[in-house]
Amino acid sequence: MTSRETILQRVRAGLGRSAGQTVPDPPAVRIQVAEVDKETKIASLLARVEALAGRAVRAATPAEACEIVREVLGKRSAVASNAPYLEECGVTGLPGVRCGITDREELRKACAAADVGITSADYALADTGTLVMLSSPHEARLISLLPPTHVAVIPASRILSGLDELFTILPEPAAVTSSMVLITGPSRTADIEQILVRGVHGPGEITIVVVG
Amino acid sequence: MSLEFDSKIHKTLADARLQQAIYTATGRFKDARLKVVAQDVLPEYQELRAQANALKKHTIDHLDHYLEQFQSQVEAHGGKVVFCQDAAAVADFVLTLAKERGARLIVKSKSMTTEEIDLNERLEHHGLEAVETDFGEYILQLARERPYHIVAPALHKTRYDVAEIFEQRLHIANETVIEKQAAIARAALREKFLAADIGISGANFLVADSGAVVIVENEGNARLATSAPRTHIAIAGIEKLIPRAQDLATFLKLLARSATGQPLSVYTSFLSGPRREGEIDGPDEFYVVLLDNGRTRLLENPARRQSLYCIRCGACLNACPVYRKIGGHSFPWVYSGPIGAILTPQFMGAAHEPGLPFASSLCGACAEVCPVKIDIPKVLLELRADAPHNRWESLAFRVFAWLMRHPRAYELAGRVAASLVSSEGVRWIRSAPGLLNFGPIRAWLAERDLPPPPAHTFRELWRRR
Ligand code: SF4
Repeated sequence: MTSRETILQRVRAGLGRSAGQTVPDPPAVRIQVAEVDKETKIASLLARVEALAGRAVRAATPAEACEIVREVLGKRSAVASNAPYLEECGVTGLPGVRCGITDREELRKACAAADVGITSADYALADTGTLVMLSSPHEARLISLLPPTHVAVIPASRILSGLDELFTILPEPAAVTSSMVLITGPSRTADIEQILVRGVHGPGEITIVVVG
Repeated sequence: MSLEFDSKIHKTLADARLQQAIYTATGRFKDARLKVVAQDVLPEYQELRAQANALKKHTIDHLDHYLEQFQSQVEAHGGKVVFCQDAAAVADFVLTLAKERGARLIVKSKSMTTEEIDLNERLEHHGLEAVETDFGEYILQLARERPYHIVAPALHKTRYDVAEIFEQRLHIANETVIEKQAAIARAALREKFLAADIGISGANFLVADSGAVVIVENEGNARLATSAPRTHIAIAGIEKLIPRAQDLATFLKLLARSATGQPLSVYTSFLSGPRREGEIDGPDEFYVVLLDNGRTRLLENPARRQSLYCIRCGACLNACPVYRKIGGHSFPWVYSGPIGAILTPQFMGAAHEPGLPFASSLCGACAEVCPVKIDIPKVLLELRADAPHNRWESLAFRVFAWLMRHPRAYELAGRVAASLVSSEGVRWIRSAPGLLNFGPIRAWLAERDLPPPPAHTFRELWRRR
């Protein structure tokens, strides 16, 4: 008997079930989407990110967002994701910004060397100050992870009230991506003496630019 | 109580610095949790707990179904599921795969399940390098110690301890600034992440309808371990299943709040299979190892079955008056505190540490904070029925339990005991069976034996701070 069969058999013996026995429906999903207006969501997102020691700024137009990113970058080098929205804002044209990488090895090297990773995000969650990033040809995983600073530019229309709305819009994330990551503030640890240290592995600095 | 259990308790109680460290850290976690589950902050908290409990009960009661569904979903997304009965089977699988891939270096993110099966030692024994990458775990691996707490593994270490470990192991002298210590770890581990062939992670949840592994963390090391290497292996107990991705709307609201008082941890990764066509990075191979290791043994008894609902938030450790006195290493296995007291004898068989279910005051603080509403005191009582013990022990623990529930009386007993042990006539107390000659109380009394008892009890001192 394989390990799989042995374990399944033990489980069934313990539970008093037989193979293929029907299963009642699980308890109904508990999802309650709060009705929150756009301005309240934006205000909440900005406040939550700031409370997490991230930086959150609002831009009226894509061009303004681009100027904010230019300031954040200063003279630092950056890798930008292939998100069309970044190009729309003109961020990919800023000096020192590399973009358009589609090869894994090339991307990994670029991210390991860059000071800043620039991405958009598929959604943001207003009540926790969270970015939701789905891995795709537009967004790689390492851009928001390897460089010590992460800058994300998102249109205000992508802000959701919270987890409940996210799982309503996206009931099965696995149907569209191999990796969905929720990012809530800068990387942190408090493992020694409960002293907070930022940027221990992921970016210690995060800036979110909300456009609109 | 085994002698080992006893002597570790003894040492912990005698170490004033350690006592302070445990009390402060668990106290902060407790306060942080209370703030974010308060009625005005999270009015639906009790509803969420009830929902989490109902979901876990349903899943465990039909675990065979959810295991099969999970496997078919992982396979549908191009991953593989490997069922393992015990520690040796997991090590075999990893070693065989590493050999086939020509892998030498493995990066690991924090996982209590791999601690449970001593995976690192088993891999190292065969010449593989397996590096822990969580900051606390990295330090503990250098120090060759096991985690002190399921959420804060290095809770017992100070910056000076870390400096000493870095000096001995990394030959970096006199670095006592925590930020700089973290930077040293970051730089050393960054190289490992980029060079590693395989990343091993645990899992906080396994999502049956998605074939997904969910990992919750604050540092980003789990993201790195699951994104950078070409092969990702997630190792999880079979009890980690939940039915649907949408159920995360319940569990994620409870886990970080209960663990560290954060509304959400910094990173929550929802990973289903290897990278897909067009995705630029991510692993080419995705394996999920489903581990039994004694878990199926506790399905038979419906009252004990609920031990498998645990989401390893650590809240019961922080709430437990016994854990807060005797610490994590006093417990005989990787799982400590109230959850350790119920998991250890059940996973390993009662013969391993029959006294363990007695290492609790049954005060109920653990059940009160448990986000999935495990009735830990009830399970403990069930398990006590298995263990060979004498009636004195039960009596002693009833007294101890009562004292723990009545802090003023506990304090008084401390003062009385402290004054008694210094006097000739009452030496019998220390050798008397039962009542005070047991476990924590005996050790605690013994601490007041030589040198002469302190003028103030711990509680008095604590209040003065
Ligand atoms: S038993 Fe409950 S409180 Fe304790 S670690 Fe598990 S889930 Fe958390």
